[in-house]
Amino acid sequence: MFSRAYRAAITVPPLVWVAVFLLLPYALLFCYSFWSVSSSQEIVHSWTLDNYRQLLRVNVYWQTLLRSMWIAARVTIFSLLLGYPLAYYLSFCAGKRKDLLYQLVIIPLWVSYLVRAYAWKTILGSDGVLNTLLQYVHLTSHPLDFLLYSPFAVVLTLTHIYTPFTFLPIYAALEHIPRNLVEASHDLGASPFQTFWRVIFPLSIPGVLAGATFAFVLSLGDFLAPLLLGGPSGIMISNIVVSLFGAAYNWPLGAAISFCMLALVLALLSLSESLEKKWSFR
Amino acid sequence: MALRATRDNLATVSEPATTGATPSSASPLLDIRNVAKSFGKNVVLRNISLQVAEGEFLTILGESGSGKTTLLRIIAGFEAASSGEILMGGERLDRLPPYQRRVNTVFQHYALFPHLTVAENVGYGLRVAKLPPQEIATRVEQALDMVKMTAYSAVKPAKISGGQQQRIALARALVNRPRLLLLDEPLSALDANLRRQMQVELKSLQREVGISFVFVTHDQEEAMVMSDRIALLRMGELEQVASPREIYNRPASAYTAQFIGHTNLLSGEVKDGVAHCQSLSWRTGLRDGPGLFSLRPENIRLATGVSTGAAVRFRAKILRQAFHGATELLQVECADGLLLSIRAASRDNWSGDVDLEFSSADAVPVRASEIQQPQGKD
Repeated sequence: MFSRAYRAAITVPPLVWVAVFLLLPYALLFCYSFWSVSSSQEIVHSWTLDNYRQLLRVNVYWQTLLRSMWIAARVTIFSLLLGYPLAYYLSFCAGKRKDLLYQLVIIPLWVSYLVRAYAWKTILGSDGVLNTLLQYVHLTSHPLDFLLYSPFAVVLTLTHIYTPFTFLPIYAALEHIPRNLVEASHDLGASPFQTFWRVIFPLSIPGVLAGATFAFVLSLGDFLAPLLLGGPSGIMISNIVVSLFGAAYNWPLGAAISFCMLALVLALLSLSESLEKKWSFR
Repeated sequence: MALRATRDNLATVSEPATTGATPSSASPLLDIRNVAKSFGKNVVLRNISLQVAEGEFLTILGESGSGKTTLLRIIAGFEAASSGEILMGGERLDRLPPYQRRVNTVFQHYALFPHLTVAENVGYGLRVAKLPPQEIATRVEQALDMVKMTAYSAVKPAKISGGQQQRIALARALVNRPRLLLLDEPLSALDANLRRQMQVELKSLQREVGISFVFVTHDQEEAMVMSDRIALLRMGELEQVASPREIYNRPASAYTAQFIGHTNLLSGEVKDGVAHCQSLSWRTGLRDGPGLFSLRPENIRLATGVSTGAAVRFRAKILRQAFHGATELLQVECADGLLLSIRAASRDNWSGDVDLEFSSADAVPVRASEIQQPQGKD
């Protein structure tokens, strides 16, 4: 159809881009994960599996990884619990208000991540909005300190930030359900409740899987929320990677942890993709 | 590929089918009383009153925008009427939600559940009704057998053809033994040959199961082939409700005459029991004054022999012919310039002047129809 030159002209730039800015750094990082650091803080370019061994041997690394996964899992569940009903309401019940509500869900995505994280800091802090309110109505006599600098604060903030990411694919999936299927279900005697569980929900599963993958993968790799709101008990694996590449100057170990996360995420993505395929019918 | 149904494999609670063209005098199964519907300022249905008898095949015929689909959706319960009421077996139907009505629908695009197999689709209504699994299995099997789709029971709908999906949609509706089956242009997506075949099969299936069918279509030929009665809808109002033969032979209005089949509309003046239209005149029962008549092309024939006086005889020139297979549609011009369509046997070359005649009785007086306004939404 198109000339060779034309095809080359449009395919080469993106390939170069991917190679230079994605594959090359990853390859370099992959090499780093098999190198080590000398006592004089220099990278030793000799191959070793020590970094990966250390990851398994030192408790703090794999425990933090597990905790990060647990936090990500909670964020996923909460954002699904918030995002699904919201998407359902918008798609099936909102009527004329649909567009306005949709915009309201999307607008927070335009607000800087940092602003949203700091907003929670002012809400949850010991003299923050929430504590002041609780003391004002005499539900508590002194500020609750578990609100901020805890895994709770991290889960809350990440749920707030990533709910639109679960909402969007679920909303798209619901919007794609032909409305005559819903009518057919009612016509065949199914109540709205039965219709939801037998028709609407099964057909929205690809959206749910996509949304869950977004929320889990994005919050697993998050480091700003735990940095700003997590405190010592809310540290996540990315914070460790950041400090290994920064202050600790142990790039090889940082690279090894990064690669473990990358492998985990790729495994999750391929799992969710195959599940989505299984649940899509068009 | 014939659809097959017997009373054994599709037991119904309804009475035996009435085969006559008119509804039985007993109380109707479905009674639509003064139903109107508007969407905002857009009036879609006005004052519709219509009855469907037990076991009747009623077709709601109309062009797009006539409100026929809206009427069907009101019966199914997907839309609420703005006013009026609908009764079924003497009880209010229009107050029930769709899932409590003993009415099932065959949707225009079938609306099969893509995530369920053919058998699961057919058994859907029985499963939500929480019937015993054994009974569900038996009835699904019988329904699939009825539409000759047993071989496909484990297949997903996306894997079967349009005609097959159509059969599944039919089985899925009938397996619930509804009192009334609604069909929303179910044949419109099929190609012409399959459509003609399905028309015949659907009609015989309906006879055998004895369930009342309300069939919506824009295809007047389809309506004629299948229906016991046709309800012709135009711009939200019922134009005429009658058997296919009556509606064709005795159209009530100019619109009906033109919409169903082909016709010549003759506008004339009646004086002393004789209608005059330019040089033609014929006897009529109409009172004096202006009159409008429908004269079917096939009722004008070539005159042979001596004029008997019973027929109106005239001479015309053949302008052009259109080949329709068994017949030709000829356009002729009378001496005074009046243009008429006539149907004649197929012949290679019609031309020149011919003597034509028609019986006075075939010029059917019809009500004038006001010029069609811009169409609303269907």
